[in-house]
Order: sequence, then C-alpha cells, then structure tokens
Amino acid sequence: MGSYVPNTLKEREEMLREAGYSSFDDMFSCIPEEVRLKEPLDLPHGLSEMEVARKMEELADKNVVFKSIFRGAGAYDHFIPSIVNSVISKEEFLTAYTPYQAEISQGILQSIFEFQTMICELTGMDVANASHYDGATAAAETIPMCVDRKHKTAYVSAAAHPGVVKVMQTYCFGSGTRLVVIPSKDGVTDMDVLRDALEKDPEAACFYLQQPNFYGNFEDAEAIGELVHAHGAKFVMGVNPIALAIMKTPRECGADIAVGDGQPLGMPISYGGPYVGFMATTSAMMRKLPGRIVGETKDDDGNRAYVLTLQAREQHIRREKASSNICSNQDLCALTASVYMASMGAKGMAEAARQSMSKAHYLREGLKQAGYYPVFHKDFFNEFVTKCPVDDEKLMDALADAGILGGLPIADGSILWCVTEKNTKEDMDKLISIAKEILGKGGLSYESNI
Amino acid sequence: MALLFSKTHEWVNMIDDTTATIGISDYAQNELGGLVFVNLPEQGDDVIMGEPFADVESVKAVSDIYSPVTGTVAEINEELLDAPEMINDAPYDAWFVKVEDITDKEDLMTEEEYKAFCEAEQA
Repeated sequence: MGSYVPNTLKEREEMLREAGYSSFDDMFSCIPEEVRLKEPLDLPHGLSEMEVARKMEELADKNVVFKSIFRGAGAYDHFIPSIVNSVISKEEFLTAYTPYQAEISQGILQSIFEFQTMICELTGMDVANASHYDGATAAAETIPMCVDRKHKTAYVSAAAHPGVVKVMQTYCFGSGTRLVVIPSKDGVTDMDVLRDALEKDPEAACFYLQQPNFYGNFEDAEAIGELVHAHGAKFVMGVNPIALAIMKTPRECGADIAVGDGQPLGMPISYGGPYVGFMATTSAMMRKLPGRIVGETKDDDGNRAYVLTLQAREQHIRREKASSNICSNQDLCALTASVYMASMGAKGMAEAARQSMSKAHYLREGLKQAGYYPVFHKDFFNEFVTKCPVDDEKLMDALADAGILGGLPIADGSILWCVTEKNTKEDMDKLISIAKEILGKGGLSYESNI
Repeated sequence: MALLFSKTHEWVNMIDDTTATIGISDYAQNELGGLVFVNLPEQGDDVIMGEPFADVESVKAVSDIYSPVTGTVAEINEELLDAPEMINDAPYDAWFVKVEDITDKEDLMTEEEYKAFCEAEQA
C-alpha cells in the first residue's frame, strides 16, 4: 500500500517537537499498550497506474455486455444521442455541487428551470419540481402530499412496478399511513375492487396508477381518474416519459400528480443508476410539492434571474409540519434528461415511442407464432407478457449465447418482454428463431420420454 | 359589536354567546408583511383554544394562527384563499373562519387593552 502522507521525516520530527513529544510512541502513550499495533498492517504494496489500469480492465471484462436487450421492467434501453454525454460532460455541470447559496449558480438553476418546464410540457401539468433521486422515490413522495387529517389511506395498483410498491410500503411504514394494494385482473387494475374499496373508505387519500403499467398494458386512466375523484381522493399517475410523447398526458387523464422515472430520457441502464425521478402537479397542489423548485424572476435591475422558491415553507422553517424531508435533487441526471429532450425534440421522442411500440407488436406476434402465447389481451406500449412453455433459464442462456438479453421471467412461468427503437428486425427475428428452436428441443425431449 | 383580541394577535367578533368570526389584527398583518398564501381549516373541523387552526405565508415567513376559542368551524372565508392580500388591506373585514358551538375561550382583551399590549410588546 502506497503512502499518501506527503510530509517528510524531518517535517514530522518538527511537528512532534512543536507539539511537545519526543516520538510517535510518546504521542500515542495515552492509548493503552494492548490495543496499539506492534507492526504495520498486513496490506499489499501499492500498484503503479499501469498495473491498476490492467487490473480494472480485467474486472471490467467480466461484465457481460449484450448486443441486444429485450428486458425493460422499469429501465429502458433507448438510443442516446451523443450530444447528451458531450453536454453533460462539461466540467461546469459534471463536477459542480450546488452551492449552499444556490442562487450563486445561475447556470445550474437555469438548467433546472428548463428541466421543470420540459416535464410540465411532457405531463401537461402546471408545475414540476427540480427532480427526485428516482421514479420510485417520486412515487412514494406523492403519498404524504395527499394524506391529511381526513384522508388517511393510500391506494396503489398491483399492476404498478413492484419496486415502486415496496418503496411506498417503506414510506407508509414510517409515517403510519395505511397502504392498500388493489389487485389486477387480466393485466390491468381491477376497477371493481377499487370501486368497492373506495366506496367503503371515506378516508381514501389517493390512488396510484402506472401508465403503461408494469405488464406494458394501457390502463383506462381517465375512467379510473373519474372514479378516484368521485370518492374525494387524489389521482396520481406514474408514467413512462417516452410513452408520454404519444399518449394522453396525465393532465388529460385527470391526474392531480404525475411522477415517473426519467431514465429513458438519455440515461444508460448501467446497473440501475443513477437515474432521476420527476414530479409535476397542478397549481392547486403546488404548495404540497416536495423538494426543490426553481422559479424565474427579475433582479433589482430587471434582469432575468432564477431562485429557489416555495420550498422554504415547511422543509426549513416549520420542519415539525413538513410532509417531506427531501431537500436535494438529482441534478446531473435531470440535466441529462433536459439535453436528451432538447436534442430529440417532440417529434424525435414521438418517433422513438412509435418505433418502440410497433416493434414490440412485431415481436409479440413473432413469439406467438413460435409458440410463446401472450398472457394478456390489452392495448400495450413497448412491453408485453408471454407464457414460457420451456424452462426460462434454458431460454435465457440460449439467447445470451447469441448476445441477446431476453425478457424478465416473472411469476407463473411467464416472461415480460421489452422492445425499444434500438432493437432491429434482425435482432427480433433471431430472438424468435432461437425461442422457437428451444421450444422444438423441449418438444423432442418430451417425445423421447414416451 | 366590539372586537376582542388575543395575546397571539387574533381578533374575535362574538356574534352571539357561542358563535364568532376570527381574523388577525392590523398589528399582526403589519408585522408579517405582504401575505401571499393562507391555509384555512375545513368546514366542520374542530378548533381548540390555544392551538393553530390556520397558517399564513408572507414574503417574510410562515406563521401559525392560533384559535382563541374552542368550537367547530361553521364557515370559512374562501375569498381569502384566492386573495390573501385582503388580510393586509382590511384586516378587520378579512375574517378567516366563523366558529360555532363555542364552549371555551381565552381571556380576551378589549381594543384599548390590546393597543396597550402591542405598545408594550414593541417597547
């Protein structure tokens, strides 16, 4: 192990003398003899830069990099224009930590303001905050926004991402809020169960619906929104930002709050992070919005200026009344999302969404022909569930051998597949033929059994 | 009907023995500065003497408004929600809530007494 102590022996002796000690042993004499090290720690010697680089490359080589990815379930492999990394790699953005007097960094605040504006455009809502750590946190943060003295129960659809439901459970455990999971039926939220539950509960605070849901299916969001509002609860939607480019906005569906994970907006999948959550709401609920919010104003000389706004209310000066302790945001990732949206434009994003959706429909049909039947029969975006008539591990291994990451095996021997604009027809045809082959072999082994 | 005042700078207008409207004093609005937001309870909520029932946000601070009485909210002044500046413009017209079934109230000051109280507080 190399030493990073930069002072010389002579300097150390000088310091000891100044401090009134004859040696280091003397200085440490107040520490009991029996707990003091008698010999140096048994650590390997340091490595040169070249050796470290070689070691790290060896480790990195152990990673499996798939040429083609058909797995989503919350993280999506969309194309990232090279301008995205080029802009966010500027050191003013990459290394900057928001100063405690945030207004000193007008550029950072402006970039957050742009992000908020784009999220509002995407969701159709009135006001967005500066971002959350991820989509699940953003989703869970909506519950304390809706819960009050008269509204104490939060509801969530079982067709929401299971990770989101878990984070909500954690939040609700901490705050003592009752959280009820409404089951799904045929791949979408069971509206009859939801209606029943809301009718029996005068204290319903909110219902969280994911659109498109975990299985890729489109929910009847407008009807659910009406049902939720009819029972005096708030309607919260968790949305995929790419799908928003072509689907009805949460505002059009009647949502009071819209949240989502911004990863599809220019962030690589990279082991699950860092991602960014977004949250937008109506003017009526603006003061319940947690986290940081940047506002545009004018300074004394009439120049455009950006300031942190509205957050002081509870999080800093009346913390005993705070409904959230989120005081930070995920700035570099929010900037990534902004640059992605700016470079793609509304048309580019709609194109990515349409391609993802239509290719997913192609793959679903191909897999059906190959004997992997769809589990649900609903309108879907870029994900869908099929039955898996073979051992899913065998299928995944065979696909991996061809450089393909297959769909996510979920409950009951079914698979959740995902397609984006990055998946080519050739990739999909290859996947289908491998799946077919495996099923054929499965058939053979069945025949050999009789 | 003469207004009565609390030590926490709310005014009370007793309409009858068990009904009153409540707002904040001219001194309070002046101390708070321009109000930008007011958060009111809901009709039917119980208010308790000495406990906060509303809050106001000014350009300077967020402050709780304490109830000088114990009772039930019969009505809220919804106009204030859209125009909190009414509290600055005419604090004695800008009632926050009308409380009924009042069972308890603080020892309140007359306008004269309150004026002396504010002067003492400023000194």
